[in-house]
Amino acid sequence: MIAVFLILLIPLIGMIVLAWYGDSEKAGTINIRCNALALAAAVWLAIDILWNGPQLFAGKMLYIDSFNVYLVALTAFVGLTTSIFSGPYMQHEKEIGRLTGKRLRLYYAMYQGFMLAMYLVLTTNNMGVMWVSMEGATLATVLLVSLYRTPESVEAAWKYFILCGVGIAQALFGTVLLYFAAEQKLGVGGDALLWTVLHDNASGLDPAILSLAFVFLLVGYGTKIGLVPLHNWLPDAHSEGPTPMSAILSGLLLNDALYAVVRCKMLVDGSLGTHLAGHLMMGFGLLSFLVAALLLHRQTDIKRLFSYSSIEHMGLMTFAFGVGSPWATFAALFHMTTHSLTKSAIFVTVGHAAQLAGTQRMEKIRGLIFTQPNIGWGLMIGTVAIAGFPPFGVFASEFLVLVATMHDYPWLTPLLLIGIGLAFAGLFRHMQSMVYGEAPEGQAAIKANLWPVFLHLALVLWLGLSIPGFLGNWFNQATLLISGGLPQ
Amino acid sequence: MSITDLNLYQQAILLLAGLIALTSFMMLSQSRLDRLVRVFALQGCLLAAATAIAAGVLDYSHLYISAALTLLLKGIVIPLLLHRMIHKLGLHRVMDTIDHPARVMMGGAALVVFSYYVSLPVVAHSQLVTLNAIAVSLAVVLLGMLLMITRRQAVAHVVGFMSIENGLFFAAVVSTYGMPMVVELGIAFDVLVAAVVFGVFFFQISASIDTLNVDQMSKLNEVEK
Repeated sequence: MIAVFLILLIPLIGMIVLAWYGDSEKAGTINIRCNALALAAAVWLAIDILWNGPQLFAGKMLYIDSFNVYLVALTAFVGLTTSIFSGPYMQHEKEIGRLTGKRLRLYYAMYQGFMLAMYLVLTTNNMGVMWVSMEGATLATVLLVSLYRTPESVEAAWKYFILCGVGIAQALFGTVLLYFAAEQKLGVGGDALLWTVLHDNASGLDPAILSLAFVFLLVGYGTKIGLVPLHNWLPDAHSEGPTPMSAILSGLLLNDALYAVVRCKMLVDGSLGTHLAGHLMMGFGLLSFLVAALLLHRQTDIKRLFSYSSIEHMGLMTFAFGVGSPWATFAALFHMTTHSLTKSAIFVTVGHAAQLAGTQRMEKIRGLIFTQPNIGWGLMIGTVAIAGFPPFGVFASEFLVLVATMHDYPWLTPLLLIGIGLAFAGLFRHMQSMVYGEAPEGQAAIKANLWPVFLHLALVLWLGLSIPGFLGNWFNQATLLISGGLPQ
Repeated sequence: MSITDLNLYQQAILLLAGLIALTSFMMLSQSRLDRLVRVFALQGCLLAAATAIAAGVLDYSHLYISAALTLLLKGIVIPLLLHRMIHKLGLHRVMDTIDHPARVMMGGAALVVFSYYVSLPVVAHSQLVTLNAIAVSLAVVLLGMLLMITRRQAVAHVVGFMSIENGLFFAAVVSTYGMPMVVELGIAFDVLVAAVVFGVFFFQISASIDTLNVDQMSKLNEVEK
């Protein structure tokens, strides 16, 4: 009971405190402490839900079940490890004169603001509040993308704001339609937007309105997932903003937008009784997966490279949720976890690599493993993991997606295999020379804090070898909730 | 059903829906930025009027609050903010170029027809007034997008963005008598913050590329130049 309020309260307090003290020496530590407290509260909540089952809080406004509680825990964990990395990183950026104290204050306050918006998206029971906090997440991050005030970063931020703003407005239209459908069945009142109420009455909602609503919701939240053809903002925002931002955007925001789509899909499936929503998600997901895998080959900027890899993986997850069988859903949930952990670790390493080389252009980044072995190894292992090599967790989850697809849509498996192969080649053609190439003259090691990276990668390795019991139990419960069956 | 069969409330809502769609077309054809903002303010006021009428007829007190909020935000605060920006940045004499104005207007008309077509199955078993409301609000959303596509000035993009929000709000008021209060307050808060952030951006953009013409923002590209 208290845990869920703490999760929302801690980032709120953190935001206010850091808005005042964000430029002080201690700001990084305060940021880490807030995230650590939030993680503790998230773990407490997770244990509570594990023991007592789904619960409603605060007069039905908050709803926690096994699906969102594990995402809350994942969000808190990635938020914490990224904040550990962000302290020294932002200090370094300030020392080399890229940032002023005022902007640092904005950065720290908005870091917590973003975490608050993420927790609210995940915990709220009200579809309208979910939309409001999703928009809030855009507003919190948009000024951070332009934090360096270079023409490129301002352009990226503007693109991010306009595209995501217009995109997410479609989701609001979808929400209005949802409310319209619910009101005809349930009558006027505040309860008609509550997800639990909608889910209980889904079979009575008008299918024509709900299918139209889902199209708008998918386009709206899909913009935030980065689904092709609405993905243009994503590589720009990731490459021009500060690196810790890229890590939490890729690791958290994309997941939470996908979470919103899956929640909507559960409602629409209950009303339509057909597979329309799933087919739409499969189509968009597969398209994103293939287009992003191809575009990996064309990149010159290291952060753009990995943002396309994010689009590729998000496409795969959307596809798997669209397939909708228990195995596919299990695989998608698992892939959400492994991708979040791996990708945020990679962005942290990439941030260090870019600081080391003084540029984000891949042709200028050379010989990382000779200048600073831990960064080189971090990048190499991270790339191996994200490309889906065994024994890492991403391999296991991608393999599960393949198996599930082979069962239900065998003719789509070749496309998936081609995409995975293309993405692998796209990543490694750049990686080889960056890690093993000849280091330029005068490249010196920097102060880097890499233990979050290796912690993430070790976890991904562990997940690849065996899923711990409690996590498997969570995944099973969430799968049961979403797909209505257990993976056998 | 002919229009005389409707009661006064429904007729008033229909009239306002028509006027709101008209303001969207006016924005589409208006190339002077300060007039564009004025038309946008007019749309905000019409929206507030529609909300107030709905509140009065249906006797929902929370709709009065959203009517007041709409009038304050969309009718007064945001237009004033934009107006000040335009003058501060010296844009009040700038004519935004509209390529092929006739084609743009015809495209807009086509979008309205399309909106009616899309809304048909939704309201098959609903009242006439809802059909018009949902179709018009969808049309306002799409016209806002068209406005953003056809313009080069960042200010016009913001007006288009806010007019999309207007369309959504109109849909919520007329088809569902407003969203729950907590959601409406949240949306109003988001819109306000968005307006402030847009203001910050105008200064950042004009500081970095010396103009608010978004055509100049083309540095980020997949292809190396």
